[in-house]
Amino acid sequence: MDDGMVWLTIFVLSVFVGVEVISKVSSTLHTPLMSGANAIHGIILLGAVLVTGQTESTVALVVGLVAIVLAAVNLVGGFVVTDRMLQMFVRRRGAPPPVAPPRTSGAGR
Amino acid sequence: MSAVPTWAQLVYLLCAVGFILALKGLAGPRTARIGNLVGAAAAVVAVVLPFTYLDLDHVPLIVGAIVVGSLVGALGARRVQMTQMPQMVALFNGVGGGAAALVALLELDELLHLSDAAEVESVVLAATAFTVLVGSVSFAGSVITFAKLQELMTSRPVVFAGLPLVFGAAILASLALGVLTVTNATLGIGIGLAVLGLIVGVLLVLPVGGADVPIVISLLNAFTGLTVAAGGYVLSNVVLLVAGTLVGASGTFLTLLMARAMGRSVPNILFGALRGGSTLGAGEASDRPVRSAGPEDVAILLGYADRVIIVPGYGLAVAQAQHTLRELVEVLQARGTRVDYAIHPVAGRMPGHMNVLLAEAQVPYEQLVEMDDINGEFKHTDVVLVVGANDVVNPAARTTPSAPIYGMPILDVDQAQQVVFLKRSMRPGFAGIENELLFDPRTTLLFGDAKESLTKLLAAAKGL
Repeated sequence: MDDGMVWLTIFVLSVFVGVEVISKVSSTLHTPLMSGANAIHGIILLGAVLVTGQTESTVALVVGLVAIVLAAVNLVGGFVVTDRMLQMFVRRRGAPPPVAPPRTSGAGR
Repeated sequence: MSAVPTWAQLVYLLCAVGFILALKGLAGPRTARIGNLVGAAAAVVAVVLPFTYLDLDHVPLIVGAIVVGSLVGALGARRVQMTQMPQMVALFNGVGGGAAALVALLELDELLHLSDAAEVESVVLAATAFTVLVGSVSFAGSVITFAKLQELMTSRPVVFAGLPLVFGAAILASLALGVLTVTNATLGIGIGLAVLGLIVGVLLVLPVGGADVPIVISLLNAFTGLTVAAGGYVLSNVVLLVAGTLVGASGTFLTLLMARAMGRSVPNILFGALRGGSTLGAGEASDRPVRSAGPEDVAILLGYADRVIIVPGYGLAVAQAQHTLRELVEVLQARGTRVDYAIHPVAGRMPGHMNVLLAEAQVPYEQLVEMDDINGEFKHTDVVLVVGANDVVNPAARTTPSAPIYGMPILDVDQAQQVVFLKRSMRPGFAGIENELLFDPRTTLLFGDAKESLTKLLAAAKGL
């Protein structure tokens, strides 16, 4: 298999993985999921580092550094804000419910 | 690109797997937090890796830039209020798209300076052009989205005469420059492509109405994912390719899911306003008569009901009244009233947003009931208390084919014995259309800021 085919294969398989892993997500988690996925594409920071670290011109260096700052905002901010949201879901489940009355069945989350 | 040693390739592969696990974790309530942490760990490893096997130049500057960006990102993420989450996601997405476009421009410059520049494969050039263009679209589109949500500009659709023409011309010009990039690339063409991308991004989001903006965020998120994937191909980096593709695919899927929850199609959301349909509502306050009441009357209504359902909306969150609402519910429950919260899938300003907001106010998870589970219950409900919600309970979605929200699944609040709306004014909701339910004889309105109204209600309910 030539290189191009290898990359195409990885791409196509990743598409299916991407759809498959979130196909059963509940609407409760849509906001954190969107935010988490948003953080993941911040990995363009890696690309920005690779390009900037191998450049010789000053203009390219400046542009590269701007790209690094932007990508780092995306990556770090994305993961931190997602964690902040998810933390609240976890804490709520761990804590005993305050004066919750007996519930009738049927009304699941 | 110098060759990557095998061990580093293996670590990159592990990072790619880490992102898959992260996404999988995020899709389940039990595993979401750990999933997110796995993703963060994979990201850290992947970013540190090139420093270990490559002899990178400008290391101090690069590290400095990473630190600056990380601080800005972390600080913003810590400070942001949960009500402003949609804007925050839009902003983070925009800077990511912008970064991808810049990386691709640099890579294009690099490719043009290679000694055997003529040998560069056209697929690589095409992928570079794609990243520059779509990354810019994502950046500009996200900025407009942010401005709409932050109310720096009107959240209503912005359409001007000739917009479809300009938009079409910009798309055609982008395609032309894309082809030129492949046939005889110059840096100038790349920059032109970036500028066109910015124009397309602005024009793409301007005509989208406020209620549909969250779906656009999700779509732009998917766009950025795909640009990162294309960037990964250009840089021959498997982590970028896999992570970007994952986000692109899942983001597209999520966009379709959300559009379906709102009963809208994605093309209709993007281009509806151009055809004159979409969320172009009146936006005017009506002067038809309504029945309004004071907090004491409403407290009595609630206090002597057996079954109450609360419908929280974005207005509740804006007033920061979630905690007061929870206290009121606890007082009612102590009186023996059965109270649940009915959560519409798009309550708040993005899908799942209300769950986050109520979680912040420590409302027990079990009291939040999703739309499909609670819609049958409204028939047996004495009082429905609608706090700062409007469009998600508007029967026009069922009855008026001409309404912009027609077809959107709604909470069947109109089937309850009594409905109480806590509203600031008679202004229509986010979608800009009037709600007939407000004029129904079974409906009572309590005007005022949600927080003040709930505080008064709470005091009155305690005194019962």
